[in-house]
Amino acid sequence: MIELEGLTKRFGDKLAVDRLTFTVRPGVVTGFLGPNGAGKSTTMRMMLDLDHPTGGEVRIDGRRYARLKEPLKYIGALLDAKAVHGGRSAYNHLLCLAQSNRIPRSRVDEVLDVVGLSAVARQRTKGFSLGMGQRLGIAAALLGDPEILMFDEPVNGLDPEGIHWIRHLMKRLAAEGRTVFVSSHLMSEMALTAGHLVVIGQGRLLADTSMSDFIGQNSRSFVRVRTPEPERLRDVLSAVGVSPQVAADGSFEVADMEAAKLGELAAQHHVTLHELSPQQASLEEAFMRMTAESVEYHAHSTAGLADAPGDREGAAAPRGLEEGGDGGVAGGREDGRVGDRVGDRVGDREGGREGVPVWGADWSAKRRKGSAR
Amino acid sequence: MTHYPAPAQAPLPAPPGAYSSPIPVVRTHLGHAIASEWTKIRTVRSTLWSLGVMFLLVVGIGMLMTGTVGENEYEYSPILSFGLPGVLLGQLCIVTLGVLVITSEYGTGMIRTTFTASPQRGRVLAAKAIVFFLVTFTLSTLACTIVALLNKAALEGRSINRFDGSAEHQVDTASASMGEFLRATVGVGLFMALLGLLSLAVGVLLRHSAGAITSMLGVVLLPLLASLFISQISVKEKLQEYSMPNLVGQLYGVPIHGDDGGWGLLGLLGLVTAGMLGAAYAVLRGRDV
Ligand SMILES: Nc1ncnc2c1ncn2[C@@H]1O[C@H](COP(=O)(O)OP(=O)(O)OP(=O)(O)O)[C@@H](O)[C@H]1O
Ligand SMILES: [Mg+2]
Repeated sequence: MIELEGLTKRFGDKLAVDRLTFTVRPGVVTGFLGPNGAGKSTTMRMMLDLDHPTGGEVRIDGRRYARLKEPLKYIGALLDAKAVHGGRSAYNHLLCLAQSNRIPRSRVDEVLDVVGLSAVARQRTKGFSLGMGQRLGIAAALLGDPEILMFDEPVNGLDPEGIHWIRHLMKRLAAEGRTVFVSSHLMSEMALTAGHLVVIGQGRLLADTSMSDFIGQNSRSFVRVRTPEPERLRDVLSAVGVSPQVAADGSFEVADMEAAKLGELAAQHHVTLHELSPQQASLEEAFMRMTAESVEYHAHSTAGLADAPGDREGAAAPRGLEEGGDGGVAGGREDGRVGDRVGDRVGDREGGREGVPVWGADWSAKRRKGSAR
Repeated sequence: MTHYPAPAQAPLPAPPGAYSSPIPVVRTHLGHAIASEWTKIRTVRSTLWSLGVMFLLVVGIGMLMTGTVGENEYEYSPILSFGLPGVLLGQLCIVTLGVLVITSEYGTGMIRTTFTASPQRGRVLAAKAIVFFLVTFTLSTLACTIVALLNKAALEGRSINRFDGSAEHQVDTASASMGEFLRATVGVGLFMALLGLLSLAVGVLLRHSAGAITSMLGVVLLPLLASLFISQISVKEKLQEYSMPNLVGQLYGVPIHGDDGGWGLLGLLGLVTAGMLGAAYAVLRGRDV
């Protein structure tokens, strides 16, 4: 169990982490989300006592990290796959870590086997690919067979098979009753792995919720309509009290009407339709909306930013540019427009194959187990 | 086409309680950190290279000097002092290595892994210092002993003509006393090890290899070089007296300035090194990695 209380970190006049308070519980994968520069890595470094907090504290099983007798036994962390001396072999790298925590030598071979690096164990890590480096980092995290695991963007650089592997690894580790804390930029990735979600933006806590609640609250559904006669369609719709949103590509997004009814309505009025498709807005988009709002919230007080948070379409690009200092997040929001569509598809496909709801059910089962304890 | 396949994962049953590993928790101490640092030192080729080159420089140049000693050269300098040039070069390897022991960890990011595994930063620093001190002390003392024995074997017993101004000249035999022998072996070994620790401390403070090595070269070479360009006698002499080459010279009985056999200056170097290590620890503790 990891408990954060009012955790704050300031770099010069930049507030990287702002009074974070949340608890990471065992038995479930907790996803830690935020756009670039949100403060995820900084938070994780503070959890490991690598960076000293400006305020607040972190407790690992009730104690400060530096007070742990044999830290690798409590926490295994993958912060940065390249945090390795390139001149040392994978085996020796793990060996020196093991020795400092009195972990038996045999365990080194075991974890090398678990991550599939046994064949290259005696090679210097300088020549490792990004994915191999990532696997070595994961091996180091698993070395002490710890009850808490912390991964900072673990899928970075992994091939599809590796991504698949690590998703299952994380779920399995959580199922064994461990605390698993994973950061990511990708909501769609988290949707497949995490049972609990902590979202931060600009160092602040935006959400601390179970994945199923998040999905329930944020999966907006709408119908996409494409027509060569947008003016006529708009008139027809407003006649029945429906106001469509216009997407960037000119298509309409209708939230308050089913696809079948919409089609019938169009047929009645002889409006030609080129597309009529029910859509489930991706979680990615919900995440974007959530983090973008944190930016807008800031921007109101600093001026320059247009109001009307609802008007998401047209103004997005110039807004991102205007913003300068907050470019990370605002830019991310703009990316979101593009990413959404891609994300939709990826999300859908993954959802179709692996089944988000199935995993969702799985998590809630685990959570029940966890809370019963 | 993946070469490093992930093994199939057997679905493990979820145990009822929170996870508890079968590996027992044991309190770790300095000994474990030392074992770890020893592994680190011996498993990187660049360290082995630096130490090897240091050893070869000291022994090789020592042999070369002894072998090519001129007809009457040993009449003017103590017979062990022919080991000096090798040590002056070898110390540069020690400086580099002492700095790299820590800066290579900062450079590669390994330091974050290290401090995650051992959050007691003082313990890590102590372990590094102890391991590095012992390694450099042992190797330098060994190299210097080989050279000293060689010098003794080659030169001891030769007759020396001493002209002390009076008309008649005395005939003497070249020899090295026990004190001279100890200074040229253990003394020089201590010097090298302390210099290495000082470099380690500077490496911790500066974190960058190039910066720390340059600073240390400055410490080793600058006072003597500067003294060449300073005309004020008192300043010039102080600079010469407290320069590193003078310390080595004193240990070998060929001082540039002052002569107390080098132990005094060695003690001073020890104090400075201890102070710098203390500063390094204070900074390390308070700093974000
Ligand atoms: N050592 C540092 N000195 C100064 N500023 C820093 C330092 N480390 C992080 N920051 C700043 O703190 C903020 C948070 O950075 P952090 O790396 O924690 O974000 P992140 O959420 O991990 O981002 P990403 O998703 O890109 O990895 C950033 O604005 C960054 O510029
Ligand atoms: Mg990061």
